[in-house]
Amino acid sequence: MASLMQRAVRAAFLAAALAWAGVSPAQADAPKPVIEKAVKGQQCVEDTEYMRKNHMKVLDLHRDKTVIEGIRTKKHSLKECINCHASEKTGSVAKSKDDFCVSCHTYAAVKIDCFECHSTKPQGPMTMHPLNAGTAHYKHKLVAGAKKPVTVDDMAKVAQ
Amino acid sequence: MSEMNPNPVNTGQHEPAPTVESPQRRRLIGAAGAAAGLAIAPGVMLIEVAHGRPEDQPASSAVRWGMLVDATKCATGCNDCVTACSTENGWTPIGESAHPKQAPQWIRKLELQDPLTQMETNLPMMCQHCAEPPCVDVCPTGASFKRADGIVLVNRHTCIGCRYCMMACPYKARSLVHEQLNDTQKADVPRGIGCVESCTFCVQKVDRGDGTTACVEACTASGHNALVFGDLNDPDSEISRKLREIPTKQVRADLNLNLGVRYHGI
Ligand code: HEC
Ligand code: HEC
Ligand code: HEC
Repeated sequence: MASLMQRAVRAAFLAAALAWAGVSPAQADAPKPVIEKAVKGQQCVEDTEYMRKNHMKVLDLHRDKTVIEGIRTKKHSLKECINCHASEKTGSVAKSKDDFCVSCHTYAAVKIDCFECHSTKPQGPMTMHPLNAGTAHYKHKLVAGAKKPVTVDDMAKVAQ
Repeated sequence: MSEMNPNPVNTGQHEPAPTVESPQRRRLIGAAGAAAGLAIAPGVMLIEVAHGRPEDQPASSAVRWGMLVDATKCATGCNDCVTACSTENGWTPIGESAHPKQAPQWIRKLELQDPLTQMETNLPMMCQHCAEPPCVDVCPTGASFKRADGIVLVNRHTCIGCRYCMMACPYKARSLVHEQLNDTQKADVPRGIGCVESCTFCVQKVDRGDGTTACVEACTASGHNALVFGDLNDPDSEISRKLREIPTKQVRADLNLNLGVRYHGI
């Protein structure tokens, strides 16, 4: 996790580098990051605007809750981010340079180590628990087309 | 679902394929469960109170997960618990590893022989989920910790790979991941280079409400029934009943660590 200090240094360094090159960030011709559209779901787990800036906070908080306390809510789970955001081409959030968790970070010179351990692909265990990661993408599909909230019962039907 | 999982401890969880579980159906299952529970011989209850806790609830110290190993039933040459663990948790078994001496090992089979009597004893050895875990005492970052429900874990987000805990563990239960795993991990079981790991009592399964672990499922499926998993704090759980009935030991009981894993027949 980058400290505020590191972030400040990074920003300052970037600004200095750009100034030295004689360009302002607006003119800089760096290729803009590709933000692949989420494959599933119509909206993110929080406001898109909020997530763009604060997704790392959301993830940090949730991982401690899950690992230390054992709270297993799906909403802010990294597995769920992957279920929605994995690319249709690579099936992953971090395999190729345009994948969701890579492109922005390359642009902003952020390096994350999450995927040394976490699988980058949506995949679930063999058991067909109606709401587990293995079938969660069905839920998002259902949600996308549904007029009423998707229930566990609806999911149980999908799982069969 | 229940066909895939013939473990009696678990039958309360997954009843034969309900299409949609209506409240009425639930009540029916409850009644059937109670009847089945009565019908079975003393000491062998098929229906166990499910420990599935709501996903927004933290693990609670009202529960202490534990395991009973009946070494008299553990079969020579059988490795099913080890295979099941490696499949569930995604670690490469020593036999298939390019670097066997460094290969991670969450559970291993031991075959012991008494030099005087030649008697052979088989047992699986893994993290004993101590109530007073030495690995937690020595960890410089607090990554090695005991969850409220007694499961001893490594928080891989704060583990720095110093391996003090591996040294401190009397059971050689922990290993370090030496190699890049290149996205071969299970989505439910993240693990990676530079971190220490060990048996988690299949925390991902327990939290899902399965009420059992992969090794126990495999042992039961093989018909050996040498392993029982359950709540040590619940006097009516199968494991508590067995512990009351048969003599059991803690490995290195002299260390006074109050183990979560108990052995019968050693
Ligand atoms: C239900 C599916 C779903 C889940 C789960 C989900 N997202 Fe999203 N996310 C979306 C959608 C839809 C958008 C809107 C942008 C789009 O259309 O791709 C979005 C937007 C974002 C954005 C902003 C992208 C931009 O346009 O700048 C970020 C960052 C993001 N998500 C991160 C996450 C993280 C981190 C998680 C896990 C905690 C997560 N998302 C979970 C569907 C999802
Ligand atoms: C060294 C391995 C490792 C690394 C690196 C790692 N994690 Fe984890 N992470 C784990 C393990 C192990 C768990 C516990 C999984 C469980 O119990 O189900 C976990 C659980 C989580 C969870 C809760 C479960 C879920 O899927 O929602 C979140 C959130 C999470 N990690 C986020 C992150 C983020 C963000 C990063 C990168 C900044 C990261 N992790 C890096 C090993 C790792
Ligand atoms: C809209 C662009 C964008 C997308 C998409 C995106 N990130 Fe980020 N992420 C950033 C930026 C920018 C930062 C650095 C913010 C800072 O340092 O202030 C960052 C930082 C992080 C950090 C903290 C890193 C650190 O060193 O502190 C984590 C963890 C992280 N992102 C995880 C993810 C994951 C996981 C995904 C995919 C689900 C993802 N991000 C997708 C833009 C993005």
